[in-house]
Amino acid sequence: MSDLLTAPVKTSTGRSLRSEEMIINMGPQHPSTHGVLRLELVVDGEIVVDVIPHIGYLHRCFEKHSEHMTNYQQVIPYCDRMDYVAAMNMEMGYVVAVEKLLGIQVPERVEYIRVIMNELQRIASHLIAAGTYGLDVGAFTPFLYMFRDRERILDLFETTCGARLLYNYIWVGGLSHDLPPGFIDKAKAFCNYFRPKIKEYNDLLTFNEIFIKRTANVGVLPADVAIAYGCSGPMLRGSGVDWDLRRDDPYSIYDRFSWEVQIGKGEVGTAGDCWDRYMVRIREMEQSLNIIEQALAQIPEGDIASAIPRRIRPNAGEVYVRTESARGELGFYVVSDGSATPYRVKARSPSFVNLSVLPEICRGSMIADVVAITGSTDIVLGEVDR
Amino acid sequence: MGLLDKQFNNSNVIITSLDNLLNWARLSSLWQMQFGLACCAIEMMAAAASHYDFDRFGVIPRATPRQSDVMIVAGTVTLKMASRIKRLYDQMSEPRYVISMGSCSNCGGPYWEHGYHVLKGVDRVIPVDVYVPGCPPRPEALMEGLIKLQEKIRHESLVKKTA
Repeated sequence: MSDLLTAPVKTSTGRSLRSEEMIINMGPQHPSTHGVLRLELVVDGEIVVDVIPHIGYLHRCFEKHSEHMTNYQQVIPYCDRMDYVAAMNMEMGYVVAVEKLLGIQVPERVEYIRVIMNELQRIASHLIAAGTYGLDVGAFTPFLYMFRDRERILDLFETTCGARLLYNYIWVGGLSHDLPPGFIDKAKAFCNYFRPKIKEYNDLLTFNEIFIKRTANVGVLPADVAIAYGCSGPMLRGSGVDWDLRRDDPYSIYDRFSWEVQIGKGEVGTAGDCWDRYMVRIREMEQSLNIIEQALAQIPEGDIASAIPRRIRPNAGEVYVRTESARGELGFYVVSDGSATPYRVKARSPSFVNLSVLPEICRGSMIADVVAITGSTDIVLGEVDR
Repeated sequence: MGLLDKQFNNSNVIITSLDNLLNWARLSSLWQMQFGLACCAIEMMAAAASHYDFDRFGVIPRATPRQSDVMIVAGTVTLKMASRIKRLYDQMSEPRYVISMGSCSNCGGPYWEHGYHVLKGVDRVIPVDVYVPGCPPRPEALMEGLIKLQEKIRHESLVKKTA
């Protein structure tokens, strides 16, 4: 690529042409920036010299709201709205942090339900990621197939807590509702239905020649760069780093299930390219199914509301808890001053960190590849801007 | 549409007013500007995808304001985004419509009180035709909003300008 950039351009009469860089604005209204991200592309012809992400178009004042609520529970809906594609994962992160601050132990049944919901949410989130990624690179049909199956997961959520997208389901010390009658059978039926569908996606999209041409060897993120930038989640695992908080720093009851962390191996290109990141998500859906099936088989009876504190007033102190959301390492830093409201809540959002590596991997690629690379990072702007 | 097919007779002649014909054509192919801002955009995508299938109503997402008839403002409008929304609305060609989807773009929603960077309602920058309440509204709710907009268009007149 560097030869292309530096080679002098000559006219037919031998005079050299002056060429200069051009700035192209992409977004904030652009169908493939996954929300209101604005990218400033510095291009030399078709080659991207630099990418400058501009964020803040969806800054919704999360931290301000957390400080101004009347109690700890009221922050949970705002956590939902941070990463609206994986709302259950966000609730989980915040609730685990507050529970650690309070030092309460939640009942077994609650833990199992939380794990089931989190893994279902992870599948739903990865379905959106993979479906819209297909859209980005020009494949429309997989998007429809994946949304069809996502609706089944949303139906399960809806029967449980009444909401399709933003749930406010996981509460401090418990849950808002117990599982409805027949949920376990429905969830098992979903697992049986969904497992063969993954092969369908692979036939439709993953091993599609055009898709491989668009994504393999594009936007290669080497493992050391990924670690240096603090990437996490499928972004990090796509580069071949074997790291998943559910296994390496287990929270809740993730240490009870047997499943495998999926990493990118560069099967069709280089390790850490867009295809690897996509493929990690597809394979993680299968692993999530494994976890759900084990949890459904082991789930005990019990009361889900027994540990919900009547009044949440933790002692002064601070806590940092990290959990694995669908996008990566989600951290919540909660400071309490002994009152009924959090003194400060800081979220370490995986999308924000994953986005910061974008200029690094876009340099030297074509303009069309920027779309493929941005799609493979699977950012949610609500979480980037908070 | 019920408007036209009752007036068919055997000789393939339709008798209707020009207004009815134009309105029927306009309301049956409302191209939507693909404009997801936040959470509601996911529900808008779900409405356009396989299960709810907005194509039935002739609603096809377009990526550019020049080709679209209706702008669905789906999500929280921040102060930084408001000027962009105004500009995109100005780029749409008449007749143009706006559906405000969700509490945030209706009035600020959950960010009403402390959201120092949230515009308290998109109607402060552009005129809105239909408000769809909910946080986020279900795809069915968006569909109802769309049908309401179609009703509005049905009773409009391009020949006689109504106030």
